[in-house]
Amino acid sequence: MKNHLLSISQLSVEDVTRILDTADSFREVGTRVIKKVPALRGRTVVNLFFENSTRTRISFELAAKRLSADVINFTTSGSSVSKGESLKDTALTLEAMGADAIVIRHGSSGAPYTLTKWVNASVLNAGDGTHEHPTQALLDLYTIREHFPNFEGLRVAIVGDIMHSRVARSGTQALAKMGAQVTLVAPPTLIPPEAQAWGAEVSYELDPVLPKLDVCYMLRVQKERQRTQLFPSVREYSRRWGLTRQRVEQLPEHALVMHPGPMNRGVEIDSDVADLPRALITDQVTNGIAVRMALLYLILGGNADAEPDGGDA
Amino acid sequence: MKVLFRGARVIDPATGRDETTDVLVEDETVAGLGPDTDAKGADVVDADGLVLAPGFVDLHSHLREPGREDAETIETGSRAAAIGGYTALCAMPNTDPVADNAAVIMEVRNLADKAGLVDVSPAGAITKGLEGETIAELGEMAELGVRLFTDDHNCVRSALVMRTALEYAKAFDVVLSQHAQEETLSEGWQMHEGYYSSLLGLKGTPGEAESIIVARDLQLAALTGGRIHFTHVSAAASTRLIGAARDDGRVSADVTPHHLTFVDEDLQSYDTNLRFNPPPRGADDRDALRMALADGTIDAVATDHAPHAVEDKEVEYDQARPGTTGLETALGATATALGDSIDLLGLVRALSTNPARILGLADHGGPIEPGRPANLVLFDPAGTWTVGERPFASKSRNSAFLGRTLTGRVVHTLLRGRFTVRDGEGTW
Repeated sequence: MKNHLLSISQLSVEDVTRILDTADSFREVGTRVIKKVPALRGRTVVNLFFENSTRTRISFELAAKRLSADVINFTTSGSSVSKGESLKDTALTLEAMGADAIVIRHGSSGAPYTLTKWVNASVLNAGDGTHEHPTQALLDLYTIREHFPNFEGLRVAIVGDIMHSRVARSGTQALAKMGAQVTLVAPPTLIPPEAQAWGAEVSYELDPVLPKLDVCYMLRVQKERQRTQLFPSVREYSRRWGLTRQRVEQLPEHALVMHPGPMNRGVEIDSDVADLPRALITDQVTNGIAVRMALLYLILGGNADAEPDGGDA
Repeated sequence: MKVLFRGARVIDPATGRDETTDVLVEDETVAGLGPDTDAKGADVVDADGLVLAPGFVDLHSHLREPGREDAETIETGSRAAAIGGYTALCAMPNTDPVADNAAVIMEVRNLADKAGLVDVSPAGAITKGLEGETIAELGEMAELGVRLFTDDHNCVRSALVMRTALEYAKAFDVVLSQHAQEETLSEGWQMHEGYYSSLLGLKGTPGEAESIIVARDLQLAALTGGRIHFTHVSAAASTRLIGAARDDGRVSADVTPHHLTFVDEDLQSYDTNLRFNPPPRGADDRDALRMALADGTIDAVATDHAPHAVEDKEVEYDQARPGTTGLETALGATATALGDSIDLLGLVRALSTNPARILGLADHGGPIEPGRPANLVLFDPAGTWTVGERPFASKSRNSAFLGRTLTGRVVHTLLRGRFTVRDGEGTW
């Protein structure tokens, strides 16, 4: 593994497989009474969160703690600029305090890249602007793999606000890299320009896509998008692109429903649908901890022990 | 004082001259050309392999004074200009306070005269406070010699205000320079819209945000008979519109060296020095810009020299102030980007003769003839150098070209017969 995890694009197929395999061995730790291993004892992990994201922060915090690392949470809402201290000064401060890894969530796309210029610590991207959320993509792959051992040819639809979604951006690339066939489904105004270039197909309608799917991945739709006229109303959106009780019947029996959370029940997904056994939303949360443990372990542990090179990552 | 440049290749687009000969400068003027020149007592400078051309003229520089003297002053900006081979430049009005009145224009001019390294022609604002609503006192500023008005970096959004300004400006034979950018299509932009904006998760703005305003203003210029200039053109569609309107004679345009060089793909590093406005566009756009400059559709190269303090650039990409410095790299960057697709006459025309004509600066841009003011540059067209190897003369170092190797190096600059730069070093 490289020093940092900034983007899915930096990972090879072998890297991804190795991360998921490592997560497998950590998944079991979470089922023990004593949910802790000493793998990162004495290492310091900083959660540097410039956006509110309780679930991602807690997931990383638990992951680090289960590896026995010391965890510091540095949370600040709003931009660094409005707080008065620049990202650079924050970075230098954390570096001076001896952080080994910095997990960063930031509203600016590319902020984790910028951070790597100022610190020697490993940087893990926990979501940057509308760019990427690579750990979410990896935990989603892990969750899918629990049900479908082979990604090759798997049919996955990602439905919703693709344009502004870092989950979609990382997820599409990760799935395509592993050989899955991804269809992005959204109104044209929420499809980014040249999205086909990500290696995905595009559909403006949900209904014709559903019967062929193995996984239907729903994205949160930000109601603010309505203000900028990207769709006329939440009502029209739910009717055409929401996963309703009726629509879910069109999925093949074996197909899974996923959502990165937090959900808008009744907007992109009906409440009943979210609670179906085939909806893996809570599995995604559980697996998130194991995958993040694997990443911290591989990035921090892998350095010191000169592990075999995991590809061109 | 007499200086003889021996064996220089004289490139003078005003006369079409391209010949290797001797040039004598005496006091403030060109005294003679040719081997028979009476050079007795002259300081002889070997100019073998060097091009001697009219000094460069920049249509678009931000000197930041008054207001942001921490990023640049008129003095340090003048030094950067001289290092880059410039003898004249047009200073943008988005200072603090804004140059929308005679007092600020006078102040800029006085400070420039004091520095004495480059002739500064201050631009005035089209509208008060650059706000796009009330037309500034163009007449009063024109009386002080202002030749170009612009609301850069704001586009004049109202078609009515633009129409009125174009019409009113006809009384003073001045040109209005537009930063063409339709605001609703570019609100919150972070980069050019396309494959790479999708990949990088940065909010895109399409080239059409520019070309829509170009189309509008071309029609307003035709309607009013006013003179319009489009600065830092970035989109292929704009070059096509401007090309179709060329015969008009009231239309001109410039392009920056950085738009001739960089494309959206280069932003994959989130390098804040590559955040400039308008953003680097697609490869097709860049290639169209190169072609438009080479074939004369675009008249001039302008630097959009935009110095920024370190703390305004060492931040998250989307929070960085847009702009790159440009005065010291313009020749090398342009020559390197264009390569063989432009000849030396074309290059000097774009860097000197045409911008001097657009600004109405009779003392600059050639012709190089006896009796003319000796505003000259000598450069080595084959000289290569790496940007950032030596300190910048500018107070800021936010150059998009940092680390790049450029071909084309300024050796001497003369303002009215006096070396401002000699052997690549400032004489201040």
